[in-house]
Amino acid sequence: MTTQILLSGFGGQGILFTGKFLAYKGLLEDKNVSWLPSYGPEMRGGTASCSVIISDEEVGSPIISEPDVLIAMNLPSFEKFVPTVKAGGIVIADSSLIETKTDRTDIDVHYIPATSLASEMGKQSLANMVILGKLLSVMKDFNEENVKTVLAKVIPPKKAEMLEINMQAMKLGTNY
Amino acid sequence: MADKILMKGNEAIAEAAIKAGCMHYFGYPITPQTEVAAYMAKKMPKIGGCFLQAESEVAAINMVYGVACTGKRVMTSSSSPGISLKSEGLSYLAGADLPSLVVNVQRGGPGLGGIQPSQADYFQATKGGGHGDFKMIVLAPSSVQEMADLTVKGFDLADKYRMTAMILADGTMGQMMEPVSLDYEVKETVDKPWATTGTKLERDHNIVTSLFLNPDELEVLNFERYDRYKYIEQNEVMYEEYLMDDAEICIAAFGIAARVAKNAINEARSQGIKVGLIRPITLWPFPVAPFKKAAEKVKEIISVELSMGQMIEDVKLASECKVPVTLCNRTGGMIPSPEQVLEAIKKANGGAK
Repeated sequence: MTTQILLSGFGGQGILFTGKFLAYKGLLEDKNVSWLPSYGPEMRGGTASCSVIISDEEVGSPIISEPDVLIAMNLPSFEKFVPTVKAGGIVIADSSLIETKTDRTDIDVHYIPATSLASEMGKQSLANMVILGKLLSVMKDFNEENVKTVLAKVIPPKKAEMLEINMQAMKLGTNY
Repeated sequence: MADKILMKGNEAIAEAAIKAGCMHYFGYPITPQTEVAAYMAKKMPKIGGCFLQAESEVAAINMVYGVACTGKRVMTSSSSPGISLKSEGLSYLAGADLPSLVVNVQRGGPGLGGIQPSQADYFQATKGGGHGDFKMIVLAPSSVQEMADLTVKGFDLADKYRMTAMILADGTMGQMMEPVSLDYEVKETVDKPWATTGTKLERDHNIVTSLFLNPDELEVLNFERYDRYKYIEQNEVMYEEYLMDDAEICIAAFGIAARVAKNAINEARSQGIKVGLIRPITLWPFPVAPFKKAAEKVKEIISVELSMGQMIEDVKLASECKVPVTLCNRTGGMIPSPEQVLEAIKKANGGAK
């Protein structure tokens, strides 16, 4: 079983961090994982993306052309990558920033106003965690203890106080 | 798997180098290898090592020469245009028989080119890398774990043979994160009686130089060096074979290209096409024997590269042109897709009687 996850949005939305969370989660579950960021000049203000592969087998190419899962956090990402999602795949879109909807009926698309939800709790920058919570609940893979362990891995020790609020943001997503 | 952590390839190189006893790093920033320098800048001061951002690549490689003269493990890293600037120093290191580790996280060229992944410095790395008769040991990692492992190995080989070992990676290898284990117990076992460490008035001066004005003497040194190279060719070749036992088509690929090729091979196998992979891990010394053997039984060899076709020349030489050797490539910072490689495999398969 191999899951290819493409995450895309504006630089600064925490795309790479969200990808890192998913990669560490895979690692802690004894899977093979790869995490590959876009590192082009587009990162300055434009679109940043990140490819995460989680697999029971050895990971071949770390590059994803047809994702099983797409996290789209801005309109350009949504428009560019929704057509590439595999049939039967999952899309989580931040509907605060993406007003359009896709015509595709062969994929499972979830629109969640992540940026608005995160703003309401006073941390707009945690929209990525709201999305992540939603993804894990859609994949029926949200386990609070497990998530805490992963968060402890990806949040640097000197920012440990952020752990709780990240968890809150994720729960906004799982409960939406 | 508790001991595994996620690291970028560039960071894995830096940490592995420190674990290998390298306490001196000199460099100059360039995408996509800057994380090596950044990691060293953070870590070296804490462990009593030396991180120095030089004023240029030329300065950095000459600082490497300086430390190498003292017999200490030393390294620098850069990306394609920066390695070109270091090529004079690489030649001097070779001429003075100095061990060093040099990392090239390749980007698209020629010229200033771009910052996306490339393998177009294959010629530069394997055919010398500077003026004069010399070789470098060239190691081509295909995973973050290998970025680390080959760094440690590179230091050992450099010491053993008194020459430069180069890690020839690319932008994806440098930037991607994978689980990596860095439990090394590194022992430096090579004596360096030639090092300039001070005579303490107990021995004659050691002189480390690449200047030999007497051509008779210089010729002998070059002959001796090439005897050493021959020994390395016979003893230090590394490669991986994947599904080659019954293969009728052989892919030749290293680094990121080999990973893309594996996806295509698995897909082709599921369609009943017998295809395998030979992945050189040492690009110099090049794994001649496995290609020679493959040429006895496969109908075509496909060289998959992120360049206009450079390794393909060594593949042709190794296989003695007994079977067609074709190229499947992208260049300029683009990466072949598994679909593109699969098409090439199908074409090779359909071409058979």
